[in-house]
Amino acid sequence: MNTQSNAMPGSPHDSQMNDSQINDSQILAPVVIPATRRMYWSVRRELGESRSIYIAPLAVAGLILFGFLISTIHLPDRMRAASALNPAQQHELIAQPYDFAALLIMFTTFIVAVFYCLDALYGERRDRSILFWKSLPVSDLNTVLSKASIPLVVLPLLTFAITVVTQFVMLLLSTAVVGGSGLSVATLWTQLAFVQMSLLLLYHLVAVHALWYAPLYAWLLLVSGWARRAPFLWAGLPPLAIGIVEKIAFNTSHFGAMLVNRMGGGAEAVTTPGSLPMDPMTHLTPSHFLSSPGLWIGLAIAAAFLAAAVRLRRYQAPI
Amino acid sequence: MACIEARGLRKAFGATVALDGINLRVEEGRILGLIGPNGAGKTTALNAILGLTAYQGELRVLGRNPWTERDQLMRDVCFIADVAVLPRWIRVSQALDYVAGVHPRFDRAKAEGFLAKTTINRASKVRELSKGMVTQLHLALVMAIDARLLVLDEPTLGLDILYRKHFYDSLLNDYFDRSRTIVVATHQVEEIQHVLTDIMFIDRGRIVFDCSMEQLESRYLEVMVHPEQVAAARALKPMHERQGFGRSILLFEAADRRQIASLGDVRTPSIADLFVALLGDKAGNQASQARGNC
Repeated sequence: MNTQSNAMPGSPHDSQMNDSQINDSQILAPVVIPATRRMYWSVRRELGESRSIYIAPLAVAGLILFGFLISTIHLPDRMRAASALNPAQQHELIAQPYDFAALLIMFTTFIVAVFYCLDALYGERRDRSILFWKSLPVSDLNTVLSKASIPLVVLPLLTFAITVVTQFVMLLLSTAVVGGSGLSVATLWTQLAFVQMSLLLLYHLVAVHALWYAPLYAWLLLVSGWARRAPFLWAGLPPLAIGIVEKIAFNTSHFGAMLVNRMGGGAEAVTTPGSLPMDPMTHLTPSHFLSSPGLWIGLAIAAAFLAAAVRLRRYQAPI
Repeated sequence: MACIEARGLRKAFGATVALDGINLRVEEGRILGLIGPNGAGKTTALNAILGLTAYQGELRVLGRNPWTERDQLMRDVCFIADVAVLPRWIRVSQALDYVAGVHPRFDRAKAEGFLAKTTINRASKVRELSKGMVTQLHLALVMAIDARLLVLDEPTLGLDILYRKHFYDSLLNDYFDRSRTIVVATHQVEEIQHVLTDIMFIDRGRIVFDCSMEQLESRYLEVMVHPEQVAAARALKPMHERQGFGRSILLFEAADRRQIASLGDVRTPSIADLFVALLGDKAGNQASQARGNC
């Protein structure tokens, strides 16, 4: 069954392209695939390969809702107690489980992002599938960017979506319980300020989880593209070594302090110190954040790490 | 334009020289068998051609530099670099979706057609398939791509004979059409002999023998000599002699066919026997003499 039966049986040394082949390739598909489509499918590949990206936060959201459902038994009592308090205390009491839910989901996706990055360029070499991926017309740049987009774009947006839905379900449950027990739901809705809470969450996710942590993720991706074994160890050892050398040589710990500041979310760079990210009382300081050198230095370092990871992927073979 | 053109292609891993300055030219429409012992440099040569490894020297594949233009080159080149390199987590349907999503020359209907002839379930994950089925799946993906060059590196290693036979039959019947070029590196020489148009022996990083099958058939003769004529046959300076079925089998190069025929049953030597004759004992010297003879 020759599928190319219309091909002319030309001389094997014929250097010109067969006419029928040109026609076939035009009929088959457009010869150019837009970069956006390649990127879309590359990201789809990552979601298929690392399903924990969405399973882990969804599972945590399910647990939160389950726990919250049980806790609604005491909700009418809490609401009655809250009515005796001043508005700030009221808010604290009502918003607490919502903040807790958001923090828990964010923590989960952060852990997922770290483990994802450490495996992203390591796993495909370990299981030799890099030979398959490299047999397709997808550049190393495209591949590395699609992998970097998981912690920088996909996970923050996913965290946002899952958190907002979870909190909304919590709010609906509360409304049903509070309303069912004959109490007014007005306090609940006004003190929670759902839309404001969601926007603050989005700001926090973009500012901290995507932009501020970008160099961290880029470093992990670089290590995963470089290490021949134990990427987890290699990710931690160089910073530790730099810290130790600095301590012994100069008896200072600036590098360590810098890392702690970076890992701690650079709180003072994003918002006023000492405030919870979703607290509506928080004073957002986006201009301060965008003008902080720490952000831009971090992004420059992230770009350099990613460029190195792209270059590295070209050289890397299965291990 | 030649499909593959290399000049002074060299690659060393530390002190080990994998490719020792090879020159190579593969025209379009050929099926080339790359044959050599383990560690001869076959895989390194193919990896260089596919842009998977850096090299020294000049190399053009379909007019492109494979090392710097791998992604563009892969629109026109397919390869199966090893058995079972498909990601184990992927479902058959996901693999089809993905390749259709990123490859401009992938014909999904064609791939589905090839898969329909197998027992592979569309919903299965690669990890659930047998080794033979993974190879069938990979071949179905690759054959549905309208590529100009297909490179296969030990594509059937470890598969049973039915899968191996089916693999090469599919390639010949459903894929090869004289405008495409196929390069195969394998140890299982006997099975692909009838498929090839050209062969190339590679040893210690050098191409030691390079010949088309037609030339091979006209130039090399193997004769199973009648016992009483062994001495006469040896006087004609065979390039190799071995024993089989209690008789001497002598291999001649560029000999007078009629004269040889009088000595016994004449046939074209198998690639494997020729390989042993050329590279068997004193591989280095004899082989480098053989180069250019054909």
